[in-house]
Amino acid sequence: MKFTLSEEHEMIRKMVRDFAKNEVEPTAAIRDEEERFDREIFNKMAELGLTGIPWPEEYGGIGSDYLAYAIAVEELSRVCASTGVTLSAHTSLACWPIFKFGTEEQKQKYLRPMAEGKKIGAYGLTEPGSGSDAGGMKTTAKDMGDHYVLNGSKIFITNGGVADIYVVFALTDPESKHKGTTAFIIESDYEGFSVGKKEKKLGIRSSPTTEIIFQDCRVPKENVLGNVGEGFKIAMMTLDGGRNGIAAQAVGIAQGALDHAVEYAKNRVQFGKPIIANQGISFKLADMATSVEAARLLTYQAAWLESAGLPYGKASAMAKLFAGDTAMKVTTEAVQVFGGYGYTKEYPVERFMRDAKITQIYEGTQEIQRLVISRML
Amino acid sequence: MNLLFTEEQKMVQAMVRDFAEKEIAPFVPRMEDGEFPREVLKKMGELGLMGIPIPAKYKGSELDFISYIITIHEISKVSATVGVILSVHTSVGTNPILYFGTEEQKEKYIPKLATGEYIGAFCLTESSAGSDAASLKTRAVKSGNQYILNGSKIFITNGGEADVYIVFASTNPELGKNGITAFIVEKDTPGFIIGKNEKKMGLHGSKTIEIILENVVLSEDARLGQEGEGYKIAMANLEAGRIGIAAQALGISEGAFSLAAKYAQERHQFGKPIIKNQGISFKLADMATNIEAAKLLTYRAASMKSEGKPCGKESSFAKLFSSRTAVEVTNEALQIFGGYGYTKEYPIERYFRDAKITEIYEGTSEIQKLVISKHL
Repeated sequence: MKFTLSEEHEMIRKMVRDFAKNEVEPTAAIRDEEERFDREIFNKMAELGLTGIPWPEEYGGIGSDYLAYAIAVEELSRVCASTGVTLSAHTSLACWPIFKFGTEEQKQKYLRPMAEGKKIGAYGLTEPGSGSDAGGMKTTAKDMGDHYVLNGSKIFITNGGVADIYVVFALTDPESKHKGTTAFIIESDYEGFSVGKKEKKLGIRSSPTTEIIFQDCRVPKENVLGNVGEGFKIAMMTLDGGRNGIAAQAVGIAQGALDHAVEYAKNRVQFGKPIIANQGISFKLADMATSVEAARLLTYQAAWLESAGLPYGKASAMAKLFAGDTAMKVTTEAVQVFGGYGYTKEYPVERFMRDAKITQIYEGTQEIQRLVISRML
Repeated sequence: MNLLFTEEQKMVQAMVRDFAEKEIAPFVPRMEDGEFPREVLKKMGELGLMGIPIPAKYKGSELDFISYIITIHEISKVSATVGVILSVHTSVGTNPILYFGTEEQKEKYIPKLATGEYIGAFCLTESSAGSDAASLKTRAVKSGNQYILNGSKIFITNGGEADVYIVFASTNPELGKNGITAFIVEKDTPGFIIGKNEKKMGLHGSKTIEIILENVVLSEDARLGQEGEGYKIAMANLEAGRIGIAAQALGISEGAFSLAAKYAQERHQFGKPIIKNQGISFKLADMATNIEAAKLLTYRAASMKSEGKPCGKESSFAKLFSSRTAVEVTNEALQIFGGYGYTKEYPIERYFRDAKITEIYEGTSEIQKLVISKHL
């Protein structure tokens, strides 16, 4: 048993940390304010190989592993949670299912350009009437012989509108629900595919969240991902790994807020001494640091298990549950340490607090994580 | 990173788990009645569990620190009492002699401690020197080539049962903590008086004793390390001690959790097992998640300790989180048992009582936060 990270992992952390500090952090507040996605940042991540961390070089990746990917999402989210989720949705939700279930042709055609960062990926599962109950979807895919025709709409799509490739789920057999669900790879310029309204959100505002609409959208047969009827399984397995990404995002948000709070507490003088000299503040920071460390270990464990080819479903649900709750708690306390200033946009902690909330909701709400965990007890 | 146990560590885990179920569990009722588990410790000595990290040349098992932590963890699932006896015996009863003793002292004491023939104890705390250990008042006055010790110590785990005590006294009160010196005191030394045994909320069967030192005369050979080195010796094994208690707390949490999870599946109300209610199953999910986090923090600190890396912050993380988890988890486990949980018919109230001490000894939770905040 050894918890120490390898040199390769430490190198990736350092590289991403430098990149995040120099290229992501300076514009994080203004992108949040303007709800603006910056493709240029994604392109720069591509140059560094960050858009394809866990995939073999033959598919355009850098041949590292899921732990390195988790570290990258964590470091990005430490300065900008929106950038963190852009990479997480791209890697875990779009690239992963194609890597896992795609044909060699699909991998070359779709995974490679995504891993190389030439294209952005997204994932379409949720519908207005089908959130946690993913089996209740209504989008249909009708078999027309040599192609399928999709009709319906999906909501809350991360990277919606900016993505080039979408992994979406539709009913090929509406009668059999779960077993009638099939996964498809959709290109953004397919006829009948359109991007609907863009959500205004509490947080992760520089990550676009949109509706996507299928109106007699014609999809070639070779774009079925996995087998017909296998979609629900693919969707659920994809979310297991996606949870690692969100856990890593939550750890990054929490660590970023903690860093700001510690620095502020050391410099802010009240009653003639830095406020960190009060145990009311220093013990709060100690509790925050302990929770962040626990969340990080749970997250790395889940990512390590996936990298080692071991079962990780329970571990990733635990990581996401604990890290999401930690992010919310730690960012709220960070705002508290900053006092009135923390409530203003002059300091970044209010953004971290707004961003933290989503980690308790997406990729399976905390309640769904508890359901997953309790079924495995 | 590799989070799997080695084959050797897995063997230790299987062996200890088996021993705890077969040999410790049946003894628990006697411990609850106040009996010290001497018979159990003797068997543990035969299996090499009383000297796990001690080198073979001193008759120890010479296993790594992680194996030691596995042992405390597994034993505490069944009995937190035996867990703390072993932890004190090894971490603070034996290790200081191993690290700071002369070759003569090591040969005299360690083989007997490592095989369980002797039990070790550690005498630092006094009535007015708890977290502020440096303020101790016990004096050791040099007289020729002897020391004369006077004072009293409280809350001494294994007190009265132990054969060898590491005792801290001030040889020069003006120097504060730099005037503290450590001594090895044998049980039958004249003037070394075993005082009252505390009645405690939990850890029944482990002794928590007052020790009175009344003109205890020790030769220079009994001094451990140099004069004034006592505080360093007391603090040197702090990390190991804290990781040990984190492991004890982890065992308590897991023991209570598995009882509660089993009960929730068996207990029917309103025509279905109570685990079918999210009010219960989500509670169990939260408990399991916190236990997993406590486990990772504990073994991470243990693995750093095993590699010889500094782990002050990490051991405080582990101790703080794991002990809090033990208190929360045992409370929730008792809640799942409802009224039955409050009775002695089920063991869950014992886990609940045992958990609390883990937030107090080897540095209170507040001291852990002090340590962590200094690292920020």
